[in-house]
Amino acid sequence: MTKIVTDVVCPFCGTLCDDLEVKVSDDGTQILEVYNACVIGTEKFLHSQAKDRLKVPQMQDEEGNWKDVSIDDAVDYTAQMLCNAKKPLMYGWSSTNCEAQSTGNEIAEIVGAVVDNTATVCHGTTLIAVQDVGVPSCTLGEVKNRADRIVFWGCNPAHAHPRHMSRYSIFPRGFFTGKGHKARKMVVVDPRSTDTAKMADVHMQIEQGRDYELLSALRVAVRGAPLPETVAGIPRETIQDVAETLKSGRFVVIFFGMGVTQTLSKNHNIDMAISLTRDLNEYTKAAIMPMRGHYNVTGSGQVLGWQFGFPFCVDLSRGFARYNPGDSSSNDLLRRGEVDAVFVLGSDPGAHFPISSVKKIAQLPSVCVDPHHTPTSAVCKLHMPVAFVGVEEAGCAYRMDNVPIETRKVVEAPEGMVSDEEFLKMVLTRVKEIKGVA
Amino acid sequence: MAEYLIKNGFVFDPVLGINGDKADIAVKDGKIVESTALSNPQVIDAAGKTVMAAGVDIHAHVAGPKVNVGRNFRPEDKLFNCEAGKGVRRMAGGFSVPTVFRTGYLYARMGYGTVMEAAMPPLYARHTHEEMRDTPILDQGAYPVFGNNWFVLEYLKNNEMENVEAYISWLLRTTRGYAIKIVNPGGTEAWGWGLNCNSIHDPVPYFDITPAQIMKGLMDANEALRLPHSIHIHTNNLGNPGNFETTLETFKLFEGAKPNNDFGRKQVMHHTHVQFHSYGGDSWANVESKADEIMNYVNSHDNMTMDLGCVTLDETTTMTADGPFEHHLTELNHLKWANTDVELETAAGVVPYVYSPNIKVCGIQWAIGLELALMAKDPMRVFITTDHPNAGPFFRYPRVMKWLMSQKAREAQMDSLKWAEKVRGATFLSGLDRELTLYEIAAMTRAGTAQALGLADMYGSLKPGLQGDVAVYDYNPETAEDPELIEKAFSNAAYLLKGGEVVVKDGEIVSNGNKKTLWVDAKVNDNPQVRRDITEKFLRYYTVTEANYEVNEKVFMKNPYRIEVDATQ
Ligand code: SF4
Repeated sequence: MTKIVTDVVCPFCGTLCDDLEVKVSDDGTQILEVYNACVIGTEKFLHSQAKDRLKVPQMQDEEGNWKDVSIDDAVDYTAQMLCNAKKPLMYGWSSTNCEAQSTGNEIAEIVGAVVDNTATVCHGTTLIAVQDVGVPSCTLGEVKNRADRIVFWGCNPAHAHPRHMSRYSIFPRGFFTGKGHKARKMVVVDPRSTDTAKMADVHMQIEQGRDYELLSALRVAVRGAPLPETVAGIPRETIQDVAETLKSGRFVVIFFGMGVTQTLSKNHNIDMAISLTRDLNEYTKAAIMPMRGHYNVTGSGQVLGWQFGFPFCVDLSRGFARYNPGDSSSNDLLRRGEVDAVFVLGSDPGAHFPISSVKKIAQLPSVCVDPHHTPTSAVCKLHMPVAFVGVEEAGCAYRMDNVPIETRKVVEAPEGMVSDEEFLKMVLTRVKEIKGVA
Repeated sequence: MAEYLIKNGFVFDPVLGINGDKADIAVKDGKIVESTALSNPQVIDAAGKTVMAAGVDIHAHVAGPKVNVGRNFRPEDKLFNCEAGKGVRRMAGGFSVPTVFRTGYLYARMGYGTVMEAAMPPLYARHTHEEMRDTPILDQGAYPVFGNNWFVLEYLKNNEMENVEAYISWLLRTTRGYAIKIVNPGGTEAWGWGLNCNSIHDPVPYFDITPAQIMKGLMDANEALRLPHSIHIHTNNLGNPGNFETTLETFKLFEGAKPNNDFGRKQVMHHTHVQFHSYGGDSWANVESKADEIMNYVNSHDNMTMDLGCVTLDETTTMTADGPFEHHLTELNHLKWANTDVELETAAGVVPYVYSPNIKVCGIQWAIGLELALMAKDPMRVFITTDHPNAGPFFRYPRVMKWLMSQKAREAQMDSLKWAEKVRGATFLSGLDRELTLYEIAAMTRAGTAQALGLADMYGSLKPGLQGDVAVYDYNPETAEDPELIEKAFSNAAYLLKGGEVVVKDGEIVSNGNKKTLWVDAKVNDNPQVRRDITEKFLRYYTVTEANYEVNEKVFMKNPYRIEVDATQ
């Protein structure tokens, strides 16, 4: 007999779909099928079943040879590395639960580490903009129930957040949106003709990197002030039409992604997008929301926030929390050679950081905690494979609208494997022993 | 567990009627006991010191999504106030929105043991509980917001009281909530369309019900459920000149209503941060205090309680589920604005604010907060708060106490205002020579709040049998002359015993205690219709499934403490 686990939360992207159903074998060890998830989400579950799954920690010697080690050795290496370092970097945290993040933060506090999450190369610019101008936002259910004007700016949910449009933003019929997508106007701003853009009522095919100009132009158009003939490659009339479309809506939402957070002007783009949203609130109701990528990058920002007061780039090395992106951010620290050990959990900087940073990681004492072989694990001295959080381990995660959901445990992890949190707890205990703190 | 004998202090306990007499307080097994019950106590010498039950805060925003927005979007709030961890203390920082650790430590250092989070959006209950779980020392509970909830609006519109009650019972249990909070009833739902309800008779768009009906209906439900706390109201029209009339109209809705509960609670309605609701005039140019009219009403109606919301003249971070108000505020001060509308339930906004002594209106607001307390006839019904962090940070309570206990201190503050004469002209403060006593302060900060929360059998007094929460302050009421001593002593408790354990010693945190999280489980008769409606709404309008909504006690709460109520008759 098989059984179906319902209300399963997908631990892949910031959409954090929580309506999955997973068919598991009678003994609770095998995932047989995944229902309701998109292809990426399904893969995340099925991947945990891979036959060649890593189960044993491995260490790399000077010559680059890997050898198996025990979990105790892995714990000890990690704890020693963190305690011996003057300023270790503890990076990642976006693909794990808040409980693990919290334990990691406690370790970081004791050893005086810098804690940073993947926002540093993603929506960190958004977090900075929010510190400058705030953020009028809402939960995704408000979008579903009220929104009739949807903008996707520099993001491609059709590929990156596959169920976003069907669950929340374009297709669903909500309380005040009984006509579903028929009563919604969809605007996409993207230099590429993406699958999302192809669905839009209006696709503003902006010139690469000119987001700041176009956002400014929209603010001008919303106020009815004169515009030049084209801005960022978009004709004046189109800009004015879009401004009118937004103003005439009952509830406007702007979703934005890395296509605008990490292009020229960075946080200033987001400043401008938020200011546009603010302006629109003079005429109608408007909200704005970042399309957060990892399923719990938002949670890392929340936990860091209530524990230390800052959402990322938190430098604890001086004994108190310090925050200064550009200085206390991972890539700046690595490239300046300011950190002397690197601990990675719940992300893959090896695949996403500039090569100059990855080279630095390769030269330093380093630990990668990840269920898989990744480009990061390849350059780290210790690779600690762990259970899949959200599949083999429950725990809290925050959706892109900051709504926390408790992920579910669907199957047992292979025998002898520990979770992120368990591993971190062991490291914490060892760190306390080494440091002689209670 | 250790036994303690707190010897020879000046004890202030309005519940026991002890007004500064020298007495010994005994604590054993986590509880207050008769001193004869001790066998081998550790003695704490409290000679020349003030002894009270630990403080109980009825209204502060200390945990949850909007609080964390306040932290994360204001790095500047952490300037010059970050502390390194030491001993049992974690790193801490933040001024108007401290980190959870600092929140716990600062309250404990003020001799407080219990703090209620004043507004929990149900969909974010998990977040609120995660923060409370990480907040050391303090016993806490959180009030879920109900005043703009679609279930409530629909049931009340159809006059289906049993359904309202069943829904409330379900939501309190599902979110592990403590009481019924109402914030800008109807107005926050209207804010979903960028609108507001400015009076208690403005109909809510689409739902076709008025704020008055919402508040009255929820009060009836609260009494039918016999909950420990009453409804907890922040009424419409907050912060606007002339709004005292809305406030009085709100008060009057409850005339003649009687409390119904087994918890010793005597009010049917608690109105919060009344300072923000006591303005006369019709513009910021002629705004004036109406504290007299408000307090005349409160003094002559004993079925209500209130707290002050004292402005402390600091730079702070405002945050409230009154979404339209925060938008209004950002239009006023042009500082950064965060807002979150929460599906089917509520909204919240956050805006930094500077209560400058150089601004006339701020001076008037400062005066009104104090006037309300000084005009109060029954300190067991009027409580000290700053609506933290809205009118100022909670760690200014000792400063508020100083102003309330010393006319000299408040006159000195008045003189330092840039528009002192104008403030005097628009308020009553300079004409009030009352100086509150420590006995009254004890009522306004612990005995009264514990009673209003329905927690008088746990907190607020030194009566044997109550929880061993005792604060000792280095303040000698017989000899202390300088009002500054009040602020100093009450900011740095000599001792705090929490649940019978020493948590603060000489102003330093020595233990993280063993906090409890309080919640109310009100049993009602099975109600299939409400069950069906909940399932339906989750299927169609919520974005999380019904099964993923409930807060898992084991994971998200530290020492959950369930208070059971049986309303099945
Ligand atoms: S959209 Fe995102 S959260 Fe939803 S199933 Fe796909 S990967 Fe998972």
